Amino acid sequence: MHDPGRHLRVHLRQDTPIPLDADLACEPGELLALVGPSGSGKSTILRCIAGLHRPREGRVSCNGIRWLDTEHGLDLPPQSRAVGLVFQHYALFPHLSAEANVIGALGHVPRGKRAARARELLTLVRLEGLAKRRPAELSGGQQQRVALARALARDPAVLLLDEPFSAVDQVTRRTLQRELGQLRLRLNIPIVLVTHELDEAAVLADRMCILYHGRTLQTGRPRDIMRRPHDTRVARLIGTRNLFEGEVIEQRPEHGVTVLRWNGHVIEAAHTASIGTGERVSWLVSPADVRWLGPDLGTDPPCINLVRGTVSELTPVGDALQATIRLEEPDGRELVFFAGAQTAARDGPALGDAVVVALSPEGIHIMRGEPVAGVTANEDETSSMR
Amino acid sequence: MDWSAFALSLRLAGWTTIVLLPIGLALARMLAWRRIRGKGFVEALIALPLVLPPTVLGYYLLVSFSHASPIGRAYESIVGHSLAFTFEGLVLASIIFNFPFAVLPMQRAFESIPPDTREAAWVSGMSQWRTFLEVELPLAWPGVLSALVLTFAHTMGEFGVVLMVGGSIPGETKTIALAIYDRAQAFDQSAAGAMSALLLIFSMIAIVTVYALAPRIGPWHA
Repeated sequence: MHDPGRHLRVHLRQDTPIPLDADLACEPGELLALVGPSGSGKSTILRCIAGLHRPREGRVSCNGIRWLDTEHGLDLPPQSRAVGLVFQHYALFPHLSAEANVIGALGHVPRGKRAARARELLTLVRLEGLAKRRPAELSGGQQQRVALARALARDPAVLLLDEPFSAVDQVTRRTLQRELGQLRLRLNIPIVLVTHELDEAAVLADRMCILYHGRTLQTGRPRDIMRRPHDTRVARLIGTRNLFEGEVIEQRPEHGVTVLRWNGHVIEAAHTASIGTGERVSWLVSPADVRWLGPDLGTDPPCINLVRGTVSELTPVGDALQATIRLEEPDGRELVFFAGAQTAARDGPALGDAVVVALSPEGIHIMRGEPVAGVTANEDETSSMR
Repeated sequence: MDWSAFALSLRLAGWTTIVLLPIGLALARMLAWRRIRGKGFVEALIALPLVLPPTVLGYYLLVSFSHASPIGRAYESIVGHSLAFTFEGLVLASIIFNFPFAVLPMQRAFESIPPDTREAAWVSGMSQWRTFLEVELPLAWPGVLSALVLTFAHTMGEFGVVLMVGGSIPGETKTIALAIYDRAQAFDQSAAGAMSALLLIFSMIAIVTVYALAPRIGPWHA
């Protein structure tokens, strides 16, 4: 499984026409999601891997075979790279049947065996019985399956998916996503998925890579990136809630604690080394790590990191109820948390309630770098990714 | 009815169409997909015969065929006679004059093929040649056929250039359009009328074919 020779390795650099500064690796059996807002160079990276775009500078290798090495003037055409690519709008051959579309990619198989192999692939993507239909006679989801079968027909060493679920409705999308999840277990090759949907990446990907202006900002497990973005830029791109700025006032490594001053509060966070006392930092607390303690009773605090505010918004999210409170502090920032199950809403907070919440020190993530000014001004960026 | 003139016209139209097919395909594909410098200039040059008076084009061709021009001299030294007032000269003139009719419909047809359809073919392992035969041509054929029909029909009826370059020599350069003019000048109404009717029917079939093909050119919806 971890044979290093079967990695896909990508290193790309260019300034024009689309800036790129990307380093990626994907193991066999792994699904890597490239996530970023439109124009972040996701598709261009995929095209570089497939040989459809030649970057100014770059190296791409797969299965130990070099496909691109600009330094040595090597740039294999797409025909010589064992890639399977599912295009965003599928790019099926409109004049050919589903079966013929797949046969088109079976050039390496002896002529007499192509039809049978095409049927096998169509069965694999659950299109048995529709082999003779042309793309125009198939639904969006069925077209996507033909595109997937065609991409697999070449016995690719890497499977590339360019926003494969963007052109189908929500219900079909769920089905196709689930099927991809099952299919990938049978394919022991690197899979690279391009998407602007963070949720999609979080559900499907083993690792995801956050891209911005062609640059790979952070690569890691979706859960890790969501909870611990590398810097405020990543935090903004993934639409992190509860992003604040503060100042480190004390480091207590022996207790595993970093102490922050924030809006007059003293907040204890899990220890973050490498940040000096007095340094301005950004920090976040995941909504799941904010605990609702109840109405503001004004009694002695039962625990640390207490924050007071007024409930300003209640939104059902799945089975949970997401609450937003406006903090008492002068700058009137908002804090989001989950107020338990919706059914319990009657006993939970109501709009306008004054409440107290506690921030779990383990859920606080400190980032060095510029304090986040104008996070809300960047709503556009995050919304395009959500 | 001048059947030899009609046969000559058919021969001229046939040669023009055959020669323009590969040239038109190459030019149309290049203009549709390649990013080339001075593309607008090339396109304007190809479309120029649409507005240029045929006699003007014929005049310049005649001048360049003459012994005084390097092209004319070069041809003469290789073949042994001048291009002017020969069937070969007519074919060459016809080819130049028909560039817009051959290239423009083909270019439109190739432009209507989404770029990712060709890329999908390459990524599927299909060579450039296989992509051309199995993907591009099947998608562009209505435009290509349109171009051929237009070129053929247009050559059948061409008058000005043919007269200037060919000089109406019976059996060599006297096409049916020239024969009609010739008969009308001689008040031979029945011959002029018969030949005109023939060309009319011919042109109508051609234009109906082109219009019938037109809806099939254009964006392919997958």
